[in-house]
Order: sequence, then structure tokens, then C-alpha cells
Amino acid sequence: MAILQYREALRAAMTEEMERDPRVFLMGEEVAEYNGAYKVSEGMLEKFGPKRIIDTPISENGFCGLGVGAAMNGLRPIIEFMTFNFSFVAIDQIINNAAKMRYMSGGQFSVPIVFRGANGAAGQLGATHNTSTESIYATIPGLKVIAPSNPDDAKGLLKAAIRDDNPVIFLESEVMFGLKGEVSEAADYVLPIGKARIAREGTDVTIVAHSKAHWIAMDVAEQLEKEGYSAEVIDPRTIRPFDIDTVIQSIKKTNRCVIIDESNPFASISSEITYQIQERAFDYLDAPIIRITSKDVPAPYAKNLIDYYMPQAKDAYEACKRVMYV
Amino acid sequence: MAKQTRKTPAKPAASAKPASTAKKAAPKPRTKEVDQENVVPQSLSLNVEFATYPAETYTHGELGLSVDDVLSMYRNMLLQRRFEERAAQMYGKQKIAGFLHLYIGQEAISTGTATAIQIGKDSIITAYRDHGHGLALGMTANECMAEMFGKVGGSSHGKGGSMHFFSKEKGLFGGHGIVGAHVPVGVGIAFAHKYKEDGGVSISFYGDGAAGQGSIHEASNLAALYELPAILVVENNQYAMGTAVHRAFAETEFTRHAIGYNMKAALVDGMDVFSVCKAMQDHVALARENKPSMLEIRTYRYRGHSMSDPQKYRTKEELESKKNQDPIIRLKAYILEHKLTTNKALDAIDEDVKQEVLASVEFSEQSPVPELKEIYEHIYAEDDYPYLA
Repeated sequence: MAILQYREALRAAMTEEMERDPRVFLMGEEVAEYNGAYKVSEGMLEKFGPKRIIDTPISENGFCGLGVGAAMNGLRPIIEFMTFNFSFVAIDQIINNAAKMRYMSGGQFSVPIVFRGANGAAGQLGATHNTSTESIYATIPGLKVIAPSNPDDAKGLLKAAIRDDNPVIFLESEVMFGLKGEVSEAADYVLPIGKARIAREGTDVTIVAHSKAHWIAMDVAEQLEKEGYSAEVIDPRTIRPFDIDTVIQSIKKTNRCVIIDESNPFASISSEITYQIQERAFDYLDAPIIRITSKDVPAPYAKNLIDYYMPQAKDAYEACKRVMYV
Repeated sequence: MAKQTRKTPAKPAASAKPASTAKKAAPKPRTKEVDQENVVPQSLSLNVEFATYPAETYTHGELGLSVDDVLSMYRNMLLQRRFEERAAQMYGKQKIAGFLHLYIGQEAISTGTATAIQIGKDSIITAYRDHGHGLALGMTANECMAEMFGKVGGSSHGKGGSMHFFSKEKGLFGGHGIVGAHVPVGVGIAFAHKYKEDGGVSISFYGDGAAGQGSIHEASNLAALYELPAILVVENNQYAMGTAVHRAFAETEFTRHAIGYNMKAALVDGMDVFSVCKAMQDHVALARENKPSMLEIRTYRYRGHSMSDPQKYRTKEELESKKNQDPIIRLKAYILEHKLTTNKALDAIDEDVKQEVLASVEFSEQSPVPELKEIYEHIYAEDDYPYLA
């Protein structure tokens, strides 16, 4: 095992896949000469040259569409969004072109492309730079959506995404780019898309949380353990397709569930998970499911307000106690 | 942490234009917008030379076309015409549903292009008025008609419909429904041709209406910036649905749009298949040297935007005057004038085409509807994706 930052794990994944397959290239704003707005692609221009590490103008609709066309014509693009907030000016390329091309063409054209970059809130950035986009993309058939919480998953799943023959939305996080963790040094470390990870086993309550909300779940589980309660923490890792089986199995054991989801609450990932649980494990539930999300408002700027906006560990902790009736 | 906000809002530039939006009764000109005494004047020449390809200028010999080529072009244009007429009839009989956009009047563009490229090596992408391009590239009338019937014999197994013709074999990358959105994709297809060094070029067709979409301008910039083997083609049929060009564009000369992107541009008469073919030959050759360009091809759509269009935005006289320039009648006159074949032989072609189209209707009637399980096919690469029931 090597200790890598999240950004280094992403870079390792891209580098290995580019060495493996000459059809893979990286395109986006500041990915080449600037070495990446968040230094994810640092050194890659030097290693692979300007044919394969390509700076773009600020033109998301244009270069996302370019990526879709390149993928249709035999290449495997990685398109970096500086953040997924900027994907909204390119959302037509993702939803109408990338996701639906195979279907509209009766299977003649595939679009093997990865759209990756930072997702979700990252502090006092104001309303337009703090959106959690996973539920927007996960509702679209034809897309896969991945949101890893740690460097090891980031590497294994990004390699899988690049090899996948479908368009993949790969959601990272500004506040996790510097997160360090152990990363497998296996020669070809590819993790399966669509498989959740049980990060911590437990018997009293199931906590489901993806991306950086996962770390809230881990903190809450630790706190509960000190009080003698055993929480099982599930990191879905992939949002679409969602590994509901792992969640259901856990609930059959714990009979209780809390979901922590950084999205705004209405029509969010937590809404969908809750629906699927009641459909498949209604009789196993001993308490209503509780979800902890961001507030149902745009992200504010003021420090105290943005802190209040985010899902709170305290609320998640209390929710766990509530579903356990303690 | 990197700087987050990078799009500083542009300050409103001092407009060089007079107050053209001022209401009729504006009593006085607005206050002067540029303080002429305190600026340093600069001049930038906007004189631009661009090629034009007028009608009735080129002979088939000059274009390197044999008599067989010319007759094949004639047959192909006629096939598109008869196919569209029959499609309109089938729409009336409710055999075809949804939106149906006919290509009648614009056939010289598809056929002229298909004659100038290497089918299979080069790539075409277009908007929703895609039947003509499909047939010109060699898609069969059967697969095209059956697609609109929603049958499995269709090019997309009946899952695409009129707006979504695709043929990987013929290099047709669709048939696209969102106005202008496919042009960045066309530029990406060109990017891949260059990356793979396969010598192919990518031609993106879009209508005059699409020329106002941001995607066209982003695609133009990227094609020129990356020096891609791409041609962007405005099929200017004068109307974006019911909105005439002059009502939609501050600059109605689309060749001038190319100036801002440092691209070569040309103006082509789209009612003469030889003019289109010549323009395409020249600009495909440029594209093969990674010199992208933009063509404005002036054409005319005889029929409504779609089947539900009452066409109140144009006069009957205008329509009739354009019909006098019909590209098929023009080519027929050329063939007879140059004695490339006889009237009788042309009649035989006409009959042959008619039978081919009728056969496509029969094929489509006989082709089965997709099985319900097909709804879950061709979404993801793998067959076992866990769809929600």
C-alpha cells in the first residue's frame, strides 16, 4: 500500500490508463500548462505531450461536445470540469448527446467518455459554485455516476470508468483533493462499478453516505461506539447503478437506517434510496428512515450560514439515536 | 486551492452601434456613447475575400465526374424527392408519427456532398432534417422508411425515428434533435480523425436557425483553434421554422460569422448540385490539410418546417419563384442539354426510383414492431445493467 492524496490517486489512474491505451486523452480548462486547477493533472503534459493533454478555452458546451464526437469516432476522452458547477452550460451535451447516442442509433455508436471533476459544496463560494449534481445526472438512463470518498476507491474506480464503454460522470471534491489514504499498489487495480463498500461493520443502525458525507458517517459511528452502539457504515461509491442489495442486507441485520447526503433534499439521492428500501425491506424496518442533507436552499456565502447549510454530524448522530429509540 | 470564480462579468462595452433598438418615437439620439476626444483610434480591416460557387458555373467534366456519376447523382436526388413525398403521404395515413421534417428542395446539398467525399472514410453529422443526407450516403430507402414506421427493420430498430438516422457503416453520425447541439460533436469527430491520423474529414450540417446557438460559435472556435479537419456548413434555407433570417440575425451574411474564428468561408448556391460538389471538393481538400472552413449554402425548403406548419410567414409567389430553380429540374435540363442520356432513360430512372420507394413502404409494413424487451436494449454497453423495474 502506498499513501497517496486523493488527487494523486486520480492522477495515477489517468496516467496508468493513458500508458495502457493510446486512445485515452485528457481535455479541460487548465489541465495542461497550468498543471490542473487543483493540480490533479500535474506533470501529465510533460509526460504525454500536448496531443493528449489538451487545454481548452472556457467553452464547456464546445469541448464536452467535442469529447462526445471523439468518443463516437473511436477515442476515449477524459473531460475535466474545473468543477461540476460548470457542467450546467454543457448539460445538453451530457444528457442529450452522451447519454442517448447509443439508444438513438440502435446500438451503432457508443460513447466511452469520462466527465470528471469536483462536485458539491466547498465552503464560502456562494450559490453558483456549491451544487451537488449527483441526483441530476443519476436520473438519466445511459449515464453511470461514481462518487468515491477516498483515494483508493478514486484510483480503482477512475480506472474502471476510463475502461467503461459508457459515458461516466465521475464526481470528486475540492475539499478531498488533499485527503491522504492508503492506495493499492496492485499492478492493475480496477474496482467494479456498481458495488458498495461496507466501510465499518455494525449491528444497531445502518448509515449510508457517499463522497465526503461518508466521513461524517465514520465520525458518527465512532462516537456511537463510545456509547456502546454499533453502526454499520456503507459507502455506495457508485450512485448509478446503485448497489441496493448491500444496503438491504445491512438493514435486514440492523433494522434501522440513516442516510447522509450532501445534495439538496428534494428529489435527491437519499429520496431514491429511501424509496428502494421501503419497497424491498419495509417489514424489516423498526423505525422510519431519516435522512440528513444540505438545507433546501441555495448555498449561502456567510460562514455561519454555509456551515449551517451543510449536513451536520450532530444531526446525523441524533438521527441514529432516534431510529434506535435511545 | 485554485481560484474559483473565473468568469468575471464583462463590463458593458461602449456600443459602436447607434441606438438601433430605440423605439420609433425616440425624440433624440441617446447621449454619445464614445468620448471621441479621449480615445486612440485604431483601424482593423474587415475587407474579407471569400470564394463563391454560383449556380450554372461548372460542368461535370470540370469536376471530374463521369456520365455515370451524373446519372447516379440525378437518381439519388430523385430518390430523396420521391422518398420525402411518400413519407408525407405516410404521415397523412398515420403510418409515421412524431415530427417529420422534409428535405424537399435541398437535395443538391446532400448529393453534392456525398459525391465529393470518400464515404466510409469521411464523416457527416446533421440536424433533424436528415433523410436526404442518409439516402445520399447510401442508406437504403428500406431502413430509412422502416425507421420512421417504428419497425425493427429501421436503421435504429425503430428507436430513433425521423430525426435520428444513423449509419456507422456510411459515416453518418446522426440525425440530431437539439438545434445546434450536434456541431461540437461534429468537431469532435474531426478531432478524432486528426488524432488517429486516418485522413478522414468531418462535415457538420446545420440550419440557419442553429447559427444563433452558442454551441455553433464554440464549435467554430475549437475547430479553428485546434486546426481540425472539419467543415461547418450552414444550410441556409432562409427560415428557422417560421422566422426569416433577417428577423433572427444581426449579421445575416453567415460567411462573415467565420471571420471571427479566423476560418475560411465560402458562399455556395445550393440549388445546383455541381456548385455544391465543387465547393465540397475544394473545402474537403483544405480539411485534409487540417484547414477548417465554414460554408454557407443557400437553399430553399419547399415544404413547411414540419408537417404541422401552415406557412403563413411566406408568400405563394416566393415559393413559386424558388421552385423555378429546382435542383432536380436543373440537373435534368443539364443532362439533356449535354446529351448525357435520353429523356426516355431519365423516365426509366424516375420509374425505378418510384418502385424503390414503394418497395420501402411495403418493407416497412411487413417489418415487425420491436419487441417490448427491446426498450431495455442499446442503453448501456452491457446486457445485464440493473434497470429499476
